[in-house]
Amino acid sequence: MRHTIAVLVKDHPGVLARVSSLFTRRGFNIESLAVGHTEETGISRMTIVVKGDERALEQITKQLNKLIDVIRIKDISPQNSVERELALIKVKTNSLPARSEIIQTVDIFRANIIDVNSQIVTIETTGTEEKVNALIELLRPFGLKEIARTGKIALSRGSATTSVLKNKPNK
Amino acid sequence: MKLTGAQIVGECLKKEDVKVIFGIPGGVMMPLYDVLYSEKSIKHILTRHEQGAAHAADGYARATGKVGVCMATSGPGATNLVTGLANAHLDSIPLVAFTGQVSTNLIGTDAFQEVDISGITLPITKNNYVVREVRDTANIVQEAFYIARTGRPGPVLVDLPKDIQLAETEFKYPEKVSLNSYKPTFNGHIQQIKAAAEEISKAKKPVIYAGGGVISSNASSELRDLVLKTNIPVTTTLMGLGSFPETHSLSLGMLGMHGTPCANYAITDADLIIALGVRFDDRITGKLDEFASKAKVIHVDIDPAEVGKNVLVDIPIIGDVKNILEKLNKYILKKKETEWLNTIEDFKRKYPLKYIHNEELKPQYIMETINKIAKDNTIIVTSVGQHQMWAAQYYQYTEPRSFISSGGLGTMGYGFPAALGAKVGCPEKKVICISGDGSFQMNQQEIATAVYNNIAITLIIMNNGYLGMVRQWQELFFDKRYAETTLNGNPDFVKLVEAYGGTGIRVTKKQELYPTLEKALSSDKFVLIDCLIPKEENVFPMVAPGSPISKMIGVE
Repeated sequence: MRHTIAVLVKDHPGVLARVSSLFTRRGFNIESLAVGHTEETGISRMTIVVKGDERALEQITKQLNKLIDVIRIKDISPQNSVERELALIKVKTNSLPARSEIIQTVDIFRANIIDVNSQIVTIETTGTEEKVNALIELLRPFGLKEIARTGKIALSRGSATTSVLKNKPNK
Repeated sequence: MKLTGAQIVGECLKKEDVKVIFGIPGGVMMPLYDVLYSEKSIKHILTRHEQGAAHAADGYARATGKVGVCMATSGPGATNLVTGLANAHLDSIPLVAFTGQVSTNLIGTDAFQEVDISGITLPITKNNYVVREVRDTANIVQEAFYIARTGRPGPVLVDLPKDIQLAETEFKYPEKVSLNSYKPTFNGHIQQIKAAAEEISKAKKPVIYAGGGVISSNASSELRDLVLKTNIPVTTTLMGLGSFPETHSLSLGMLGMHGTPCANYAITDADLIIALGVRFDDRITGKLDEFASKAKVIHVDIDPAEVGKNVLVDIPIIGDVKNILEKLNKYILKKKETEWLNTIEDFKRKYPLKYIHNEELKPQYIMETINKIAKDNTIIVTSVGQHQMWAAQYYQYTEPRSFISSGGLGTMGYGFPAALGAKVGCPEKKVICISGDGSFQMNQQEIATAVYNNIAITLIIMNNGYLGMVRQWQELFFDKRYAETTLNGNPDFVKLVEAYGGTGIRVTKKQELYPTLEKALSSDKFVLIDCLIPKEENVFPMVAPGSPISKMIGVE
C-alpha cells in the first residue's frame, strides 16, 4: 500500500541525506520525494511517497521522528487531502496534424504549452499522479523526448495542518 | 570576551564537567589540543589508535554513567573512530566525539586528510554536526552533550574545521538547550501503567525480561522493589547483566542464544513478559514466532521505535524505565505465585549451567574462580566471542555497571580499551578484563596506554589459539572445516607485555590460577595473565540460529 507522508524538517545542510539514508538503511523504498520551503523560515517540507503496510509505516514514522532535525511528521491519507504533481513533457511534433492533435489533448487536460519550435512542444501540466500519467500515455504515440516530474506534494483538506505555526497566535 | 572556537570547546567541556578525554591529536586538531595543553582540570589520555580512544570513552561512560569523550584528527583519525561510534550506537552509550576537519574553504576539495565524517557516521550516531560558523560552537557542543545523554542515549559527533577552531567570537554559554524537534518522552502514561499493573495481577506465569535500559536509566533499585513485591522471576539480556542480583533466588540469569535453560524455558512457558529497556534482538528471541508465544507483552522503553518493531506488544509504555517502575510499584499489590515459582525451581534444578570438570584449565573454571575472589566493587569487561559468553554465564553479577561488554555490534577488540576507560572512570574499583587471544590482538597496542598511565587493570586472556566462537560454529554447522580460524603466529603475550615494561604471567595449570589471580588483583599495576585454555572448549547451552530458544544444544 502507498502512503504519502509530510515531514517538516530543519533547513540544515545534510537533512536530505539524513532522511533518505534512513529509508535505505531500514529497507523502505521511496517512490517519490519533493522538498521545498514552508511558511516558516528555516523549516522545509518533504513530501514522501512510500510503499508498505501499516506496520512498516509506523516504523518509518517512528524512525523519522528520532532524527533530531525532523520536527513533525504527518501521514496524509488521499481521502482527506489535496495532492498535486507538476510535470514538464517534451513531445515530438513532426507533422502539422500531429501538432494540432497534441494541442487538442493539452486543452482537454487543461495543460499548457510553454515552449515550442518546429520539432517539439514542451507541455506543462499539474494534477494528481493519475492525471499526469494519463496525459503522458496519450502523448506517448507522438514520441516522448523527455519528461521531468516533481513528485507529489500534498496538504490536508480543510483547516487541518501540519504547520508548526498551528498553535501560535498570528504574527 | 572574545574566544577562539577551540577555546570555546574547552570552556564547554568544563561546563559539561568533562574530566577525561581519550584521543590522538593530528594536523587540524592542533588548535584544540593547544587549548587542552594548558587546561589542568581535564585529563587527556593518549591512546595508540583512535579505535582504542572511542572504546575507552565508551567503557568510561558505561562504568560511570557519564558521557564519554573522545577526540581524533580529520581523515584517518576520524575514520578510526567509526567502529567505536557504531559500537556505542548499537548499545545506546552516551558519547561525544570531536573530530578535526579541514578548513571550511577546503571542505569538498579532497584536501589532505579530508573525509566527510559527518556523512560516514550518519547511520551510526544519534546526531552529528559540522560546525560551519564559530558563533554556533557553544550551542552545538552543548546540544551534543544534551542529546548524547538524554532520551535513548547514544554517540554524537562534532566535526570542527580548523579555521573555526581558530576564528574568534563572543563566548556566551547558552542558559539551556532549546530544541523544538527533540523532546524524548520521559514520563510513562499513567493509564498504560495502571493497565500493566492489572495484567501483572492477573498473570499466572509472569517473567521480567530486563535489558540495558534498566542500567542506563539507573532503575536497578526500582526493579528490585518490583521483584520483591511481586515475586516475579527476572531474566536479563547480556546488556542487562547486573541490573538484578544474580545471587537472588528469583534471578534466572541471562536468556537467549547462550542463556540459561531456566531463563529460556521460563520465557517460553510464560503467560506475561514484562520487557524493560530491551529490544527483542535476534540473539535473544531466536525464532521470533515462537518467542514467548503464549505470553502477553508489556514493553517499557524510552524509544518508541523499539516498541512494536520486532514483536507485537499488548501494553506499550513509552518513557524512562526508572520513572515508570517507580509509578508501577505503587499500583502493584503484593502476591506470590508459588506454583510458577516451583516450576522455575524445577527448571533450575534439572538444567543448571554445566561443563565437564577435569584437570584442565577450563574457561568456565576461570570465571568461577574470579567470582570467588572478586569483591563487590569489581567491574568485569569483556571483548567478543566465547570468552564473553563464559564471562556472562559463570560469574554472578550483583550490581549495575559491573559488567561491560560489546552487545549489539559484537566488536572484537572492544574489551581491553573499554576496561582502561572503565578503570580511569572508577579508579576505586577493581577492573578485570576478560579477552580472547583473537579479540585482544585487535587492540593490543593499548598496552602502552595501560602501562604508561599506570591504569591498573587485570587482563585475562583466555588463550585457545583460535577465533573460538567462529570455530565453534564451524564445528557445529560447517562439518569442522576450520576455515581461517586458527590463529597461527600468535605472539608470546607475556613477552609482549614485558616489552612495553608491564607485567605478564602465564597460567597453564588449574592450580596456578587462584594464587596468580590473587597476586594480580592485589597489585596496583597493570597485569596481563595469559591463560592457556583447552583449545576446543565450546560455549553451551547454545540455540542454533533460527531455532526457538527452547531448543538448546548441550541441554538434555
